[in-house]
Formats: sequence, structure tokens, C-alpha cells
Amino acid sequence: MRSLAFNLAAPVGAFVLTLIISSLALVAFGSNPIAAFSDMLGHASELETQVEILNRATPLYLSAVAAAIGFRMNLFNIGVEGQYLFAFIVAAQVGSLVSLPSILHIPLILITSMVVGGLFSGIAGLLKVTRGVNEVISTIMLNSIAVAGLIAALQARWQPEQENFTATTLGTAPVDESGLLPDANGLVELFTPEIGQGVELTGMIFVAAIVGILYYVLLNKMRFGFDLRASGLNPFAAKAGGVPPKQMIVMAMFLSGAVAGLIGMVELAEIGRFPADPIQGLGFAGIAVALLGRNNPGAMAFSALLFAFLDVSAGILQSTQTATKEIVNIMQGIVLLAAVIAYGVTKRIQTREEAKATAEALREDSNDTVGVLS
Amino acid sequence: MSAAIELTGITKRFPGVIANDNVNLTVEKGEIHAICGENGAGKSTLMKILYGLQPPDEGTMKVNGEEVRFSTPNDAIDRGIGMVHQHFMLADQLTVLENIILGAEPAGPGGVIKFKEAEAHLATVAADYGLTIDANDLIETLEVGERQRVEIIKVLYRGADILILDEPTAVLVPQEVEALFENMRDLKAAGATILFIDHKLEEVLEISDSITVLRHGKTVASMPNEGVTAHDLAELMVGSELPTPATEESTVTTEVALAVRGVTVADDDGRPAIEDVNLTIHKGEILGIAGVEGNGQAELVDALIGTASVSAGEISLLGEDITKLSVRRRREGGIGHIPEDRHHEGLLLEAPLWENAALGHQTQAPYGSRWLINRPGARQQTEAIKAEFDVRTPNIDVSAHALSGGNQQKLIVGRELTANPTLLVAAHPTRGVDVGAQAAIWEQIRDARANGLATLLISADLDELIGLSDRIVVMFRGKLVATVDPDTVTPRDLGAYMTGAASQNSDEGAAQNSDEGAAKNSGGPS
Repeated sequence: MRSLAFNLAAPVGAFVLTLIISSLALVAFGSNPIAAFSDMLGHASELETQVEILNRATPLYLSAVAAAIGFRMNLFNIGVEGQYLFAFIVAAQVGSLVSLPSILHIPLILITSMVVGGLFSGIAGLLKVTRGVNEVISTIMLNSIAVAGLIAALQARWQPEQENFTATTLGTAPVDESGLLPDANGLVELFTPEIGQGVELTGMIFVAAIVGILYYVLLNKMRFGFDLRASGLNPFAAKAGGVPPKQMIVMAMFLSGAVAGLIGMVELAEIGRFPADPIQGLGFAGIAVALLGRNNPGAMAFSALLFAFLDVSAGILQSTQTATKEIVNIMQGIVLLAAVIAYGVTKRIQTREEAKATAEALREDSNDTVGVLS
Repeated sequence: MSAAIELTGITKRFPGVIANDNVNLTVEKGEIHAICGENGAGKSTLMKILYGLQPPDEGTMKVNGEEVRFSTPNDAIDRGIGMVHQHFMLADQLTVLENIILGAEPAGPGGVIKFKEAEAHLATVAADYGLTIDANDLIETLEVGERQRVEIIKVLYRGADILILDEPTAVLVPQEVEALFENMRDLKAAGATILFIDHKLEEVLEISDSITVLRHGKTVASMPNEGVTAHDLAELMVGSELPTPATEESTVTTEVALAVRGVTVADDDGRPAIEDVNLTIHKGEILGIAGVEGNGQAELVDALIGTASVSAGEISLLGEDITKLSVRRRREGGIGHIPEDRHHEGLLLEAPLWENAALGHQTQAPYGSRWLINRPGARQQTEAIKAEFDVRTPNIDVSAHALSGGNQQKLIVGRELTANPTLLVAAHPTRGVDVGAQAAIWEQIRDARANGLATLLISADLDELIGLSDRIVVMFRGKLVATVDPDTVTPRDLGAYMTGAASQNSDEGAAQNSDEGAAKNSGGPS
């Protein structure tokens, strides 16, 4: 019971803190907080909005898992952004070149995206172990190389010849229907039959769920995950315990990039090509989601939903004129800060409680003393 | 004339340990005063107190006859006391001048630094003390000895005339040591007072005017450097009586567990940290390595467990060459390791105890396999360790940092010994643990030895070394310089070997003799 209270204290505290500060921010902007919140909630109670939130949460979650794999090893993969965009364009092009039955076509595209994302991220891992380049620097640079260099060049090269260009036909050649992951409307229809009018729940939600489960299994059941966490907690102890540090860095960066590669597959499943202006910024948003979810597979799902809810709410606030849509970015920032503070406080209390409990276990032997000469 | 420094009755306690116990120290103006003592004798604590890094619990300090009380190093600097740390604190990318004025920049209006003025002042200081330095060299282009000179000038530049040098020769090669001593003589001639820590006795005898010896936190002697021999000093440092080894049946067998042949390991700068080391440990034998810390013991451990690669030589375990094997393969092959610093290399402080028990054995039953972690198996094994090794904890799910040092160490010893290793590499296995835990750990190691465990024991604690070892080899400057029998060795000899005041023709002692079990080499050094 006690530990449950502990676990709930942080998120509840963070939520209350966020509500208070967000309200103050809304008032400062001259908006009515109650009106704004009720607008957001009212909108979110509609089925279409809920599907929209799930569609937005899916790539955010994948992005968060990608970042979290690195975080668990104290590797800061800031390059998820470049990795997913680069993987997206290559996988879209590969998918458009072949015509296969769905059972082969879809996995081919998904695997391509993972391999490309993994290899691209692996460059940063290799640079770190061979040349000692900090992965933060190298992944930021790889982002620029991917977005401004590779993708721009490939877009120009792979843009098919057309008689009249329109916004919807710009980008890589379309992938055959057989290569597109079907929507998951069947899942919604289990609960309510009222879906259909142009609203589609992305099929990638299943892939994201599988990734989340695999992430959990990897970290908690597999030896590799144990090595990964040990390296993150204390690289020196891990090394002395037989964990090969260089291999771990390269492997972790590869895995992180492989999951990142899947992010763009949400958009691919929806529009069937790499468009002229793909959705950007998911890689950076994923870092925030992973931080809020504290790298925990379940908690990251909740934080992805929260961020997606706020993203989607931006539109509604704009259209109803209750508040400016930028308030949403402020709220995302506040929730993150509030979570960091709340977790910091509960962690400190927990550590103190634990030390107290251990001291009690020791009480029968009162001459236990510790000291280190310096 | 009053003394430059006068410490009376300085006492400093840490939980469970008295680092300084009623220490008295008088340093006259304009002398070079050496402080020697083994690791853990309390030298560093005393220097920290003098430099204002830690307040003493009891006692008084006088500087130039005035009673003082320092709460920060700035107070010490104001009184003219400056410290040169063993590890340099210089910014590589800045010039000598920039490093020297860093933190005390002479700034004009608008925060503009007056470099010209600073350079002129630096030139005066350097000339006064007879030190040469080019103010505009980049630190990264300087040799180690020159960097040290920069540190010394930095202290002088701030107006200090009492210098504390913390093991200044530890990082230097012999020619650089000579240059440092020249500089120290010049400083003295210019009126500076120098207090320096060292445990290389021939250096102490060469440069100092007076010597103070600390042991177990107490001042055991303070005398002028006249007619003192290295042997006298060694005896003072080590103590006049060595502990008697626990008389026990020898369990040494003839089966060789570990053989090290001609092993050399280079440090980061490419200088050999250990050179041509030969040793043999049999099943059921504990081989102790004596030596002042920093003489290659850590590198020897790294070479054995596989965290450092050897540049020459061969290591074999039960006759199988393991020189090229990874840390993990060596652990699976039967090497256990008790690291010298449990927090640094031994534990995942934020992880639960059962994960800490699995660390290093996660690929092996009962903790796991090549692919999976066996959670129930690991937990069960941890419960067994908790019971057998008396790890006091409410449960095995608390994080490792909640345990006291002694219990953390018992957990580490337990996880290594329950894996039934062929060889245990134990570095300071009872450092910083309470007496009860120490006795328990010694008992566990003795039991394992009786069951055929080969142990390499590195320890600064002579009670431990002599009490446990079947044979002791002495390491000095990366080489094994002597083999002694713990039953018969005298403190005078052991101290002399450890400080380089004497040596045997010793590769012989270390390697070849070992095949006869305990070496019968107890005669005095030549």
C-alpha cells in the first residue's frame, strides 16, 4: 500500500502542479483557464478526436522508446529526428520499387526502415567507440546531414516524372496498396460501431504496442537488457563485470535507431509515399515523452497520449479562439518540469525511507560502523 | 622566531575511523619538511585540515605564531599557505599565464584583464624563486614536470610562502624528480617553507631538513634529517611489531592455478605501469602483494581480470592461456574479483541487491544464461548469499546504496565466492569495513582457500596481508622486488622493500621460488 502511494504521489503531484501553472499562464495571456480546459476536454470526448490522438500518440511512443533505449545506457541519442526521416524516405522508395503480396511487402518495408534507421544511428555509435566522439554532437550533426543533405538529394532524385505536379503527388513514387499497413478501425469497432467517415486508426498502433512489449522484455528478462541497464547505472562496474562497453554502445545505438526508423512508417501507412514535407519534430518530441515517462514502457504510453492530446488540442483552441495554440507548447514544457520536480522529491523521500528500513534491520548489531580513510 | 606551522593535538574522526589522533607537527620557517607514512596513515587528512578543506574536530593550528581557524582554502591562502595537488588542475587549452591568473584575474574597468600587469608580476615571482617558465606556452605542450612547476608558480603567484606538495614525485620520472628537487632548493633559498608528502624514503632523505612519520593517524616520530637511515624510517612507518600470522595448516597444493609470465602493461602515457611481472599461485594458496599504493598493483589487477590489455607476456589459468580473453570469458572461466573500490567498480548503487549479486555472473546459472536473466534463480541465490555471508538487509529488493559499507562488501565477497572461482583477485577486500565484517570476510576467504581457491591478495593493511597470505611478494615501481615469508619477515625488511630502500634479486624470488610453495626467503636485504 505504501509503495503504491509513493508511485502515485509523483504523477498526481505533477498533474496538480501543471494545472496550477498552466492556469496562471492562461490568465497571463488573457484567456479563461476554465473555458480553455473545458474546450480541450469536450473536444477530446469525441470519437474522431480520440482516434486523432491515438494516431498522433503512436509515432510519439515509438520515438520515446527509441530515445529511452539510449537513455537507459546514458547515451543521448538526439538523432532520432534524422534517423526516422532518412529511414522513411529509403523505406518508401524501396517499397515503391517492388510489387509483392502484402505478407511480404509490408514486412519488407518495415524491416528496411529499421535497418536504415539502425545503421544511420550506428554511425554515431561507431564514432563514439573508435574516435571518442560524443554521441550528442555526432547525432545532432547527423540530423543536419540527413535532413538538409541526404533527404533533399534523394527527394530530388526519386521524385517521379509527372505531367502536372500537385501537392499530393509530390514526393517519392507511391507504394502499392499491398505495401501499406491496413488501418486498425476494427479495433475501434470492438467498442463502438460509429467509426468510418474518413477516420482511420493507424495500424502502426499494433506495431508500437509490440515494440513496447519487446522493450519491456529486453530490459527485464534478457541478459542483453541487464548489460544495458548495468552500463547505464555504472559503466565501470559493468566493465569489471564482463560487459563489453564498446559493443554495448554500438548495439544500443543501433537498436535505438532501428526503433526510430519505424516512426515514419505511421505516415507512410497513411499516405503511401514520402511526401514533400513530412511531419517533422517527432524525434525531439519523443525525447520529452521518454523523460516524462521515465523510460518505463507503460508510463511512456501514458505520456505519449498526454502529449498527443495536447498537440491535438492546439487546433481546437485555435479554432474556438479560447486561447492561443502556443499555450499547448507551454503546457508540454510545464508538465515535463513538474514531473522532474515531483519525481525528484519522491525519490529523495523513498531513498531516505529505504535507508531507515535497512538501518533498522541492522539495529541488533549496533557496532557496525563504516568509514573510509582519505 | 615562531614556527611557520604549529599543529597541536589535531584530531579528526570519520564514522568508525580516527584519521588523525592527537597529531602534533611543527614546521620551522624556511625548511623542507617531509611527512611520510603508509596509505591510510592520515597524511592526506592532515594536509586537508591544514589547507582548510576540512575542519579538525579537536586541536589548534598556528601559522607564523598566530592561532588560525580555516573554513575554506581561501582562508589558508590568505595566511600564505598554498597547496599543489598530486593531480594537476590546469586547463590544457589555456596558456601558462592564463592558468596562473585563473580565478584571480587582475581586472581593470569594464572587466578587461590586465595581462601585461599579470605577466610582469609573474616574471617577478618566477625570478624571486628562481623558477623558469614561458608564460605564453600552452599547457598541453608542456611535459609533466613543467606542468607541476606551473602549479607551484600558481601558488606562489597568489602570495603563498608555505607550500604543501602532495606526493609531488608520484607522477614524475627520475630526471624530473631531480629538476623538482632543484626547484625546491631554490624555493627554500628564497625563503619559502615547504611541507611535502612522500613515501619514497630515499627521496625524503635526499631533500628534507626534517621528517615527521605518521602511522595509524598518530605522530610516531618527528626529527631532523641527520643520521637517519631508510631502514629506520621504514621501521617507523610500518611499526616495530608485525602481526603474527594465524598459525594454520598450509593448504597449498602443487597444482598451479594462475601463472603470469613476463607481463608488462603500459599506462595511458605509454610508460610501463607494470613491467615483466612473473608470479605463480597454486590451488589453495593465498599470495599477498605488499607495496605502497600506486606501484602497479591496480594495473596488475586489470591485467588479470582483463580490463587492461597487456603489451607483453602471458597469463594462464589452470594451464590455459587467457591473455587474449575478454573480461566475460575470464569470469566464466573462473576468475572472481573483489574490486578495490566497491562503489566505483563493484556495485550498481541504484539497483536492487539481487541485480548486484548477478552482476558479473549474469551469463551463468543460476543468475542467467546467454540470452535470458533467470530472475527467480538470481533472487534465490541472493537470498542464499544474504544468509551465508550475513548481509544485514531487510530484503534483497533494497538498492545497494541503502546498505552500510561492510554489508555492501559482504555482498560482493559473497557473490564472488559463491560462484566457486578458481582464482580470486581480491584488492583491499576489507577496506573501510567494520571489525566484525572484516573478521567474517577473512574467515570466508580462509574457508575458500581450504577448498582449493587460489587468491591474489592486494592489501595496504599488514594485519590482513600477513594474517592471510601463504607467501608475500613486494611490488615497487611496477616490478616485483622481493618475496618474503609472512612467518618470519621483519617490519624493517618489509618496509625497506616496499619503499625501495632495498631489493632482492627478485624475479627469482617471485617466480621460480614459488614452485616450492612458500619461499624461504626471510633473510635481511643486502
